[in-house]
Amino acid sequence: MEKFISHTGAAAPMDRSNVDTDSIIPKQFLKRVERTGYGPFLFFDWRYTPDGGENPEFVLNKPGYREATILVAGPNFGSGSSREHAPWALQQFGFQAVISSTFADIFYNNCFENGLLPVQLPEEVVRQILDRIRPGYELTVDLEKQLVYDREGFEAYFEIDPFRKHCLLNGLDSIGLTMQHENDIAAFEERAGLEPVAS
Amino acid sequence: MQPRTMFEKIWDAHLVREEAGEPSLIYVDLHLVHEVTSPQAYEGLRLAGRKVRRPDLTIATVDHNVPTTDRSLPIEDPISKQQIETLAQNTKDFGITYYDMHDENQGIVHVIGPQLGHTQPGKVIVCGDSHTATHGAFGAFALGIGTSEVEHVLATQTLRQFKPKTMEVRVNGELPPGVTAKDIILGIIGKIGTSGGAGYVIEYTGEAIRALPMEGRMTVCNMSIEGGARAGMIAPDETTFEWLRGRKFVPQGEEYDEAIERWKELATDEGAEYDVVVELDASELRPHVTWGTNPEQVVTIDDSVPNPAELPADKREAAERALAYMGLEAGTSIKDIEIDRVFIGSCTNSRLADLRAAADMVRGRQVHPNVNAMVVPGSALVKWQAEKEGLDAVFTEAGFEWRAAGCSMCLGMNPDILMPQERCASTSNRNFEGRQGKDGRTHLVSPQMAAAAAIAGRFVDIREWEATPA
Repeated sequence: MEKFISHTGAAAPMDRSNVDTDSIIPKQFLKRVERTGYGPFLFFDWRYTPDGGENPEFVLNKPGYREATILVAGPNFGSGSSREHAPWALQQFGFQAVISSTFADIFYNNCFENGLLPVQLPEEVVRQILDRIRPGYELTVDLEKQLVYDREGFEAYFEIDPFRKHCLLNGLDSIGLTMQHENDIAAFEERAGLEPVAS
Repeated sequence: MQPRTMFEKIWDAHLVREEAGEPSLIYVDLHLVHEVTSPQAYEGLRLAGRKVRRPDLTIATVDHNVPTTDRSLPIEDPISKQQIETLAQNTKDFGITYYDMHDENQGIVHVIGPQLGHTQPGKVIVCGDSHTATHGAFGAFALGIGTSEVEHVLATQTLRQFKPKTMEVRVNGELPPGVTAKDIILGIIGKIGTSGGAGYVIEYTGEAIRALPMEGRMTVCNMSIEGGARAGMIAPDETTFEWLRGRKFVPQGEEYDEAIERWKELATDEGAEYDVVVELDASELRPHVTWGTNPEQVVTIDDSVPNPAELPADKREAAERALAYMGLEAGTSIKDIEIDRVFIGSCTNSRLADLRAAADMVRGRQVHPNVNAMVVPGSALVKWQAEKEGLDAVFTEAGFEWRAAGCSMCLGMNPDILMPQERCASTSNRNFEGRQGKDGRTHLVSPQMAAAAAIAGRFVDIREWEATPA
């Protein structure tokens, strides 16, 4: 997994609550067996018109937001389906961090598995950022210092679980970490009376 | 020993490794796999040269993407076809039991797990699907996971988890006639909101829950995720033990009675404390209908579509957006909302008891001429049992389509979708924008409500509907 240490980039606003994973990546794109190539389908129903053209009203189609790498969203972002295609699509579009006051559980976890940083801030702080965003507005998300800031004096500290932070800073892979405890797993299986695993 | 909740007992019994400041390693007893969220996980295993640690604890089927029409015909969509063939190949390569599209055990993972007795009290159950909480109805800790975690479980048979907090949702009193398990869970979500359960495992307790049959308990637990919870669970009791007895993969004979004695120990101890307690009075519940684009946007059949201006400030904007999307005017009586489509199915409401209850509403009647209605049984076995009872004839004679088992129009990955602006009474679990088809409009309801709405062409008060049992 890619490391995440600090990132500076353009921010885009998604000022609505309950942005669900069906909206982030609609079902017709979940038929694919690949892990990549989801970027063009991000927010598909909002981003394109029925004839396949770009919807000029949609925020990520507007100048100054098209190249955004930090998404700032309303509460309960990523609710619904467990589809990991949602963080894949966000990341493959170019996002490196998502800021919201609350994230749905499974989505939140899926982000960490992929090195996409979900930044949780109090709702009023997210509101302050949304009020400051304009095309080309840049934010820095510094995971090491746990800070979100701009060049104009805005700064906010965010909480994050220290273990998750450690894994992201070092690009650690969950399976690799767990495999180091193979003995504990085998011991559990023996206690539980399961057939031993053939090696 | 300190009194513990059911969740804590199951958690403690599955701890492989615990280290301060790190997520715990939890052993997984049952891993259910389907075609949509697994291909990238198998690919990951191959790239890393890893094996599936416990093929014996892993079960796969196809449900999300399969056609519900004639299965002797080839699958038309080449991408769907490839995904289904990929699962067949992966399960073959890694030695995993696979119920294919033609297998008598095929069905929605959350229907077949319990039906076959793979789902049992006290187990930790995972699946790359957010509705895995369904299995919690049996007193299991069951949760949905992403594809990276699917790969992790395949490789290690464990899950890395931060211990969630516990929430008791106590549903007191008796459910009035015509009010269903679906109305309980919609009522709960209306109360706690779509993220009210975030970070929690919910245990549903109280007389109204105890009185529910297993199918109703599964409906309640199924939608825990719609309230943001990581899982939902209900303590096993005689209803659970009798429902599971004799099923294919549960212990048989005396061993089953011994298992029951162990399972009885799972219930939350007297004096154990939950982090949060929410109470609801079942006797005050009425049939529910969602009006918006998330499950907390719900009212009862006696209500009208709410006026966003009268809602709390933080709900207003979402409500306005939802009304525009749903094509509804504030103040419209729910009973005046006309529908175009009816979908009876999904992991929430596609079991035999659901189909029986729906059939009792339509027997001897005709689907409204403006409505296209379909019934999609949750599994091949449910379909077979329903046909043995003649339920298929009840539905088809009334003008419903009778389909083969799968997720179907709950999420419209297969050809079963809503057309833009079509309005659907659906027994599924999500009324999100575009969920059942781009610009489609979904109202979540119970099977009884969906069935009556198909006949009437609009939502009706099913408490006044004259059911026609066989």
